[in-house]
Amino acid sequence: MLGITEGSLAVAEAVRLCRPQVVAAYPITPQTHIVEALADMVANGKLDADYITVESEFSALSACLGASAAGSRTYSATTSQGLALMFEVCFNVAGMRQPIVMTIANRALGAPLSIWNDQQDSISLRDSGWLQFYAEDNQEATDLHYIAYRVAEDPSVSLPAFVCFDGFILSHTYEPVEQLNQADVDKYLPPFAPTERLDAADPISFGMYATPEYYHEFRYAHDKALKDSAAVIKKAGEEFKALFGRDYSAMVEGYLLEDAETVLVAMGSICGTTKDAIDEMRAAGKKVGLLKVRVFRPFPVGELAKALGGAQRVAVLDKNISLGSKGALALEIRDALYGSRVPVFDYIIGLGGRDVRKRDIKEIVARAERGQGDEFYGLRQEVL
Amino acid sequence: MALAVGCRARPGKARDNKTGSWRVFKPEFDHEKCTQCGTCKTICPEGCISEDTDGKFIPDYLYCKGCGLCAEECPGDAITMKQEEK
Repeated sequence: MLGITEGSLAVAEAVRLCRPQVVAAYPITPQTHIVEALADMVANGKLDADYITVESEFSALSACLGASAAGSRTYSATTSQGLALMFEVCFNVAGMRQPIVMTIANRALGAPLSIWNDQQDSISLRDSGWLQFYAEDNQEATDLHYIAYRVAEDPSVSLPAFVCFDGFILSHTYEPVEQLNQADVDKYLPPFAPTERLDAADPISFGMYATPEYYHEFRYAHDKALKDSAAVIKKAGEEFKALFGRDYSAMVEGYLLEDAETVLVAMGSICGTTKDAIDEMRAAGKKVGLLKVRVFRPFPVGELAKALGGAQRVAVLDKNISLGSKGALALEIRDALYGSRVPVFDYIIGLGGRDVRKRDIKEIVARAERGQGDEFYGLRQEVL
Repeated sequence: MALAVGCRARPGKARDNKTGSWRVFKPEFDHEKCTQCGTCKTICPEGCISEDTDGKFIPDYLYCKGCGLCAEECPGDAITMKQEEK
């Protein structure tokens, strides 16, 4: 059913349809509306789940970890400092291979305090072993939750997943979103049925201690499962398309790429602005395209190299900065293109809620054409 | 031991962790000097020293971490810590 819905509420409805059995979360802007809505649903009998109120994000994800190990489909949501507080638990969830799905309403990390959007929070957890999906709009943000549970709970994957959507820009924006119905979701997403779970009658421990003789191999197995999840993502996307029409089978998505000389690469809501800017540049005769990265973990090295290999230059829009180095996306795209001689320029943009407009995208393309990049774009020199 | 997904383990699996690999100094037992008092067995934090049928106290080197407490406490100085080459 198509409706005009606030992004957070659209996500909450999708989560309800996924039938989580345990939800544990702590409110934090701009994620709060999602878990408020879920708390209402539980209180009103619209969602048959245990909603665990906790005193911190650390506790929220810890409660989810225990619930998931006990065999429940489990959900949480957070952002920014809340995700930072979950840092330790994130590594434990992933290492114990628990398929928790968590929405990240992307927000800047303090200090200085900022409640506004960039993607520093989830990017900073890139090494934690979770899958990471990034949504361009609220329809995609909603749909990616079904995909995320399907992939995460696949026995060959058995890993947790972030579904990331830009705080405020998507979470607080009303957009048309088509919601699925329960019968269809049930067809796509069967109940979570782990082969092993915490059970007092049949004791088992998760995340045990590994000596140097074993730890190295555990990390290899984790890395392999995450990389191999690419095939499961593709299949989950294809089945979603067959049932519901929208296609998320590729980890990257091209826009007017075929003859593009300059290719912009971006993740999240900025892809929408970028497409509009590309339309205007195309009308003015510039051959520009966009490669949207929907899945950041596992990193789609092969798909990226194939999609970008024919470009004359690549301009990466990074809403994050690995301080002392460069934007995380650009670093990995350079790695994916190593040996291809396609120059990759990095532009740090839109940190802490700084608006990125169509004219900024056009200016970035002009800079890339001049060979100027690897910079913080749009600095206000007068305050430096 | 084959890896279990998520490092899952049934009770008792800690025995699969052969902590002897941590050892730098190995306790060597001189059974001529040993008075069979059993202090080494009592003090061993790993619980890896056992008495055989002849009354000899024998460490299990698969688990002995080489902490040296047995050598320190042995009243007969029958245990010597020797650096181990691996």
